[in-house]
Amino acid sequence: MSESYDVVVVGAGPAGSIAARAAAREGARVLLIEKRQTIGDPVRCAEGIAKEAVHRHIDPDPRWIAAEVEGFRIVSPDGTPLEMRGVSSGEVGYVLERKLFDRALASDAVQHGVDVRVKTRAVGLLRSDGAVRGVVMEHLGERHEVEAGVVIGADGIESKVGRWAGIDTRLALKDIDVCAQMLVHDPSIDQSICQFYLGNEVAPGGYAWIFPKGNECANVGLGMLGSRSNGGLPMQRLRRFVSERLPKANILEVMVGGVPVSEPMHGIVADGLMLVGDAAHQSSALTGGGIANAMDAGAIAGRVAAAAIADEDTSRERLSEYEREWFELKGKSLKRDWVVKERLVKLTDEQLNGFMHSLQGVEFREMHVHEILVHLLKRNPKLLWWLKDLL
Amino acid sequence: MVVDVNRYVCGYCGACVSVCPVDALELVETWLEVHECCTECGACVRVCPVGALEVRA
Repeated sequence: MSESYDVVVVGAGPAGSIAARAAAREGARVLLIEKRQTIGDPVRCAEGIAKEAVHRHIDPDPRWIAAEVEGFRIVSPDGTPLEMRGVSSGEVGYVLERKLFDRALASDAVQHGVDVRVKTRAVGLLRSDGAVRGVVMEHLGERHEVEAGVVIGADGIESKVGRWAGIDTRLALKDIDVCAQMLVHDPSIDQSICQFYLGNEVAPGGYAWIFPKGNECANVGLGMLGSRSNGGLPMQRLRRFVSERLPKANILEVMVGGVPVSEPMHGIVADGLMLVGDAAHQSSALTGGGIANAMDAGAIAGRVAAAAIADEDTSRERLSEYEREWFELKGKSLKRDWVVKERLVKLTDEQLNGFMHSLQGVEFREMHVHEILVHLLKRNPKLLWWLKDLL
Repeated sequence: MVVDVNRYVCGYCGACVSVCPVDALELVETWLEVHECCTECGACVRVCPVGALEVRA
């Protein structure tokens, strides 16, 4: 006996849960499946996000907010800090407790009528006439077929759903940041800001971070380009970073992960199928931040999926409305972040130091990449050729 | 199977899965599966953050 839903969402991270809720809100019958036993665990994330990005999708809840930060500090390879505090941009950021946040989003989807199944893994797609018509899933050793009007692949960096549907979601080595992170306890850590450390010695083609998590704890991690890494290098560099800068820290948790830092990905829909979140490479290539984009994309995808089902047209053309809306919303900033990243990763430490020195004393009005670029240009007129097409 | 997974080291993050050009890898909870179609290209070995993978000599 085969089951049937309007929408089946594969993967219960922020992209999947928001997509499922959005479709259910529009009246679709939705199934959300998660291959892990526990939604949100293990974490593969530094957990930082702008407050306003959270508020767009869910009311803040102290249960999943580990810390609130009022600004950030970027530290150049020679140790020169650039600090921004208390300027606007939606009152800056939260550091989340993803284990609880992801579960809260899934619970919210359930309250909107979504059915959830955990320890349920997609193992293939149902197809007819070239279109995706459902998902083959496995739960506790048993296979089920579930028909669906639209399948939404929210299956993260390891996305299979896209590949099964003929969408190439593979990442080149230069298009992935490979990361290691430790949750550490160290009372010396500044709990009021997020810190970023640049430099080819610290993290070639990436950066190291210290994000406060409250109770004298912090996520301390680093990510580097896959093309400049080697087996085990992120964890080796992280151990060095922690032992040099936080020698008294106790390590409470160890996490690893990969982040897409590719050019914005087009072609994220097919007949009966959409991709959202890391599966569609929607994280910022510059910051690696992905939670906000995943939720924004999920909200659009879920709404468009439900509307397409109501219209009885789930063709690629119809579902492309999601991709168009997504690129209208974020295409420009995703492209800018990618171009800036492509240029930054080519800089030597001396060049990075020079740029950071040039920003000393600047009064920032907005905590935003665009604002930093504008000031870089003002202080370094020769950079015009480098930045002009980004502003 | 031509990629060895050191299961005492693997952090089951899935970075290797995303760079595999032939879809030979799959992560199921904490278990990384390696399928026969592996071409020993070594991309997964390069990106593993903890050094859990090795192409068998």
